[in-house]
Amino acid sequence: MEYINILLQEIYKIFFLVIPVLVSVAMIVWLDRRVWASIQKRKGPNVVGPFGLLQSLADALKYIFKEIIVPASANKVIFILAPIVTMTLALAAWAVIPFSESLILSDINVGILYLFAISSLGVYGIIMGGWASNSKYPFLGAIRSAAQMVSYEVSIGIIIINVLLCVGSLNLKDIVNAQQDLWFVFPLFPMFVIFFISALAETNRPPFDLPEAEAELVAGYQTEYSGMMYAMFWLGEYANILLMCAMGSILFLGGWLPPLDIYPLNIIPSFFWMLFKILFLFLLFSIVKAIVPRYRYDQLMRLGWKVFLPFSLFYVVLTASFLFYFELLPTKGY
Amino acid sequence: MIAHTIFFYFFSIIAIYSALMVITSKNTVNSVFFLILDFISVGCLFIMVGAEFLGMILLIVYVGAVAVLFLFVVMMLNVAEQSSSWFRGRVTKATHIPSGLFVSILIFLELLVVVGGWKYKTNIMSSGNLTINQNTTNTHELGNVIYTDYVLYFQLSGMILLLAMMGAIILTYRKRENIKRQSYFKQVSREKSSSIELKDTEFEKGVKIDD
Repeated sequence: MEYINILLQEIYKIFFLVIPVLVSVAMIVWLDRRVWASIQKRKGPNVVGPFGLLQSLADALKYIFKEIIVPASANKVIFILAPIVTMTLALAAWAVIPFSESLILSDINVGILYLFAISSLGVYGIIMGGWASNSKYPFLGAIRSAAQMVSYEVSIGIIIINVLLCVGSLNLKDIVNAQQDLWFVFPLFPMFVIFFISALAETNRPPFDLPEAEAELVAGYQTEYSGMMYAMFWLGEYANILLMCAMGSILFLGGWLPPLDIYPLNIIPSFFWMLFKILFLFLLFSIVKAIVPRYRYDQLMRLGWKVFLPFSLFYVVLTASFLFYFELLPTKGY
Repeated sequence: MIAHTIFFYFFSIIAIYSALMVITSKNTVNSVFFLILDFISVGCLFIMVGAEFLGMILLIVYVGAVAVLFLFVVMMLNVAEQSSSWFRGRVTKATHIPSGLFVSILIFLELLVVVGGWKYKTNIMSSGNLTINQNTTNTHELGNVIYTDYVLYFQLSGMILLLAMMGAIILTYRKRENIKRQSYFKQVSREKSSSIELKDTEFEKGVKIDD
């Protein structure tokens, strides 16, 4: 009986995490389209609801009522599994994100590794979808996406090592609390820039949206998907983008901490600071989408392996030697 | 404790089932997917015994990188429909079975020695001189052991991996002639003055383009 109580409590908590995430994904899609439109001097979605806020909900409703078409030559099990995997992984990662000192679903010791692991599993949804469709464009898109995500994960991993050197713990709360005096974006500014660009590549956002480059590959790995399954890919993608923004704000922008611990700033609840930072990073994401042309594939690979990887490795050495020389290495736990 | 047991059996049944499916499923891509499932459930088992760092590293390294490359190779070579004919009693491929049996018996014997050593001769291995500090996380503890007591072995294994990587690159790298290569520096530093030229042309003569 006791176990059932605990289980119910956890399910209740999970619901209160998942539903806001899904709603904010819908809102963020609207925001993305509005920003994109206003940069191009268009109006964007402005009809459904006030300011077009309900546009995403209307779209979702449309997707639900559309027919799901499974191609005859597709591997049916994997074809249906692919969007489910994408969406589940994108939502599962939110379990460890701390929104404030106490607002966190599970406070685990290896939080940052969990985030990294889940985001590296995200590639499977895309490969499975692309392969199971049994069609040329999805397959090419999936292959591109796999190579791209594996390459940029390496530099994200090394950037995380940079931050961890300054913190001395893998716990996300400790990472945020270590930035009490100085956000890591200031000492590690080049790493923040590289993290941001790698996050664009990791989530297949423009200018790195080669897996779904419409001029070359129709819609990449999503070509054969329709209805609710397409919507799930789409939701998973945007949940991943939000997750990357949350990761960036935890690693570099001090998570839920206010910029300065002074009177008008520190009465705003810490939860809102986290939201502001996620929104700020997302705005950068959507502005980049509108103003930057798409990369060529070989340039993308070169950027990942020949520029970001050596530079972030060099920065690890630099950070480590700096911390060692000035005796700033964290000694928490000893 | 009951919940712990339930979860243990849940993950271990999935692990064993997917391990069996890796070798029996006819579609090669499916067996790679089962391999991934196996890695994930073994990672969960690691986390259940409290080795959260090892579990996460297993997920990141094997599932996030190694298995992606497996999938890549299997999909690119298009061996998906090649069914294994071992289990149909054909004589042609039967030569695999003795060697497979040899390797698996060897691994089984090794496991027997190791597990038996743990179980019945607890002092046979000198692991007693490693004091485990219960107050720190196992990431701290692993780092403390690897980078102090075993730092030379750790560096040595890193060197071996680096050497293996360089060896693989050298073995597969072939310098081919007559290939057009793109120089990024040239592409980026191209100016309007050197690439566009306005010319007045005579009627029905055209411009001669020299290259």
